[in-house]
Amino acid sequence: MKREINISSDEKLLKTLKEQSSDFTIEDALENEMIINMGPQHPATHGVLRMVLRLDGETVVAAVPECGYLHRGYEKMAENMSFIEFIPHTDRLDYTGTMCNNVAYVLAVEKLIGLEAPKRAQYIRMIIAELSRIAAHMVAIGTYAMDVGAVTMVMWTFREREKIQDIYDRLAGARFTTSYTRIGGVASDIDDVALKMVKDYLDQLAPALDEMGALLNTNKIFLDRLEGIGVLSKEDAIAYGVTGPSLRASGVEYDVRRAKPYLFYNEIDFNIPTYSEGDCLARYHLRADEVRESVKILYQCLQKIPAGEIIANDPKKVIAHKTEVYSKMEELIHDFMIINQGINPPVGDVFFSAENPKGELGFYIVSNGSGYPWKMKIRSPSFCNLQVLAKLCIGHMISDVVAIIGSLDPVMGEADK
Amino acid sequence: MKDLIIQKIKERFADSVIEFSDFRNDLSVLLKKEAIHDVALFLRDDADLKCDMCKDATAIDWARRKNRFTVVYHIYSFKNNIELRLKADLDESDLNTVSLVSVWKSAEWYERETFDMYGINYVNHPDLRRIYLPEEFEYYPLRKDFPLLGIPGSLPLPKSEN
Repeated sequence: MKREINISSDEKLLKTLKEQSSDFTIEDALENEMIINMGPQHPATHGVLRMVLRLDGETVVAAVPECGYLHRGYEKMAENMSFIEFIPHTDRLDYTGTMCNNVAYVLAVEKLIGLEAPKRAQYIRMIIAELSRIAAHMVAIGTYAMDVGAVTMVMWTFREREKIQDIYDRLAGARFTTSYTRIGGVASDIDDVALKMVKDYLDQLAPALDEMGALLNTNKIFLDRLEGIGVLSKEDAIAYGVTGPSLRASGVEYDVRRAKPYLFYNEIDFNIPTYSEGDCLARYHLRADEVRESVKILYQCLQKIPAGEIIANDPKKVIAHKTEVYSKMEELIHDFMIINQGINPPVGDVFFSAENPKGELGFYIVSNGSGYPWKMKIRSPSFCNLQVLAKLCIGHMISDVVAIIGSLDPVMGEADK
Repeated sequence: MKDLIIQKIKERFADSVIEFSDFRNDLSVLLKKEAIHDVALFLRDDADLKCDMCKDATAIDWARRKNRFTVVYHIYSFKNNIELRLKADLDESDLNTVSLVSVWKSAEWYERETFDMYGINYVNHPDLRRIYLPEEFEYYPLRKDFPLLGIPGSLPLPKSEN
């Protein structure tokens, strides 16, 4: 698409242009492809993602995503701290769904040391993971709608997320950086007040979701900007290692909660929504559907949550509660040993992955039997999903790039580790 | 299912397999590095196995061991719902290994990351550049001999005005 330039109005500029380079004309400038640097400081790139785009007019000819602007070296840090010390760092991976990261990490460590948390703790983990999924999808949908012009939506979704953070506050004592799980259980019990907060929240969420759906699902501008944009085929999604909502929106019914049930997802009845279109609109609808499924899971969890312990009884692996450490000799000794020497898992390596709001979060832990992990690799879903971005952008307008990034929903804290 | 995988790999690549291990229900195959591409291709295309997704790739630095590095791939079969780990040992004197991008496209960024962090040279990789750290960075930070606090002056910082 070529633009007509009104030369007479800008005669001065034209004159200087002509003086500096005699063989360069306006026609040359319009014929050529342009390279544009989008990000890292760009509001639509969800953090610090940088894209180098080659444009023909407004159409993307080639795109190269660049990561690393938020690289903090968590994998190196993990090798130099004990398994317990790393829990707070998992909050900082995908900071929209902190609880999910906490749960996935402790489950990976528990798989390595062969420990199982009590049933009540597992149910609490399920509750917080699903709350976290709702919160993360709320952020995803809100910012996504805002990126393509529906600014009201972000206020509504953040309002719902805010209430989830109040529940976190009650449970973990922090709204954002929760660090709520412990190896072998969770930090504190979920009391009746918190359970009622969750129940009340769910009761009012269903009408709120309908309201939000009414705002977006019939919004012609929103639909026109997403439909048929960034189509990801089933084969490509698998080849590029895409997981999570983006994979299911391309028609692959794969959810780790169903494929390899962890916690007690096998006792819960829920559907895995899938779409076959694989475009940006399908990815939006899929997230909206997943929120409804999470609500369903949460209602069942509230019903089925058993009474009992919230942390496993294994003094050599699990840190005792502080009141016991300060009053009993045995606990004090164990506390000293765990803090100073670590929990010393057996020699070996495990890979554990959990279904996170962004996709499949995996931890590959190599242990040499000491208190620190010899190696820890984080398979972050945002990073893996971003790989397909360049392919999706080609052939679309530059304004669609914003929609495509939003639909993949990367969080750079996780992508850059 | 695991027995079938073990049997199939043993049948075809008897000389290339060093060992199978099964720790905490994670099946893992240690291969000779020359064979990793052929085995990967076989695992992807075999009608019974169909390991069509590469979930993750990384390397391990064993610091003082004879074969200092191990490259690791985590692959997944949607058909059988099973994960498999491929490993191959590399000696420090020869850090070249065949890239698996031609088998699984997703390996492209994983291998770039491993190159960035460990300096493993993936032969036939289409675009082997650093992914997180700046191009001019000289070290490989996840190697065990790289200090936790970094090396002073190794990262060029923006110069101040005066």
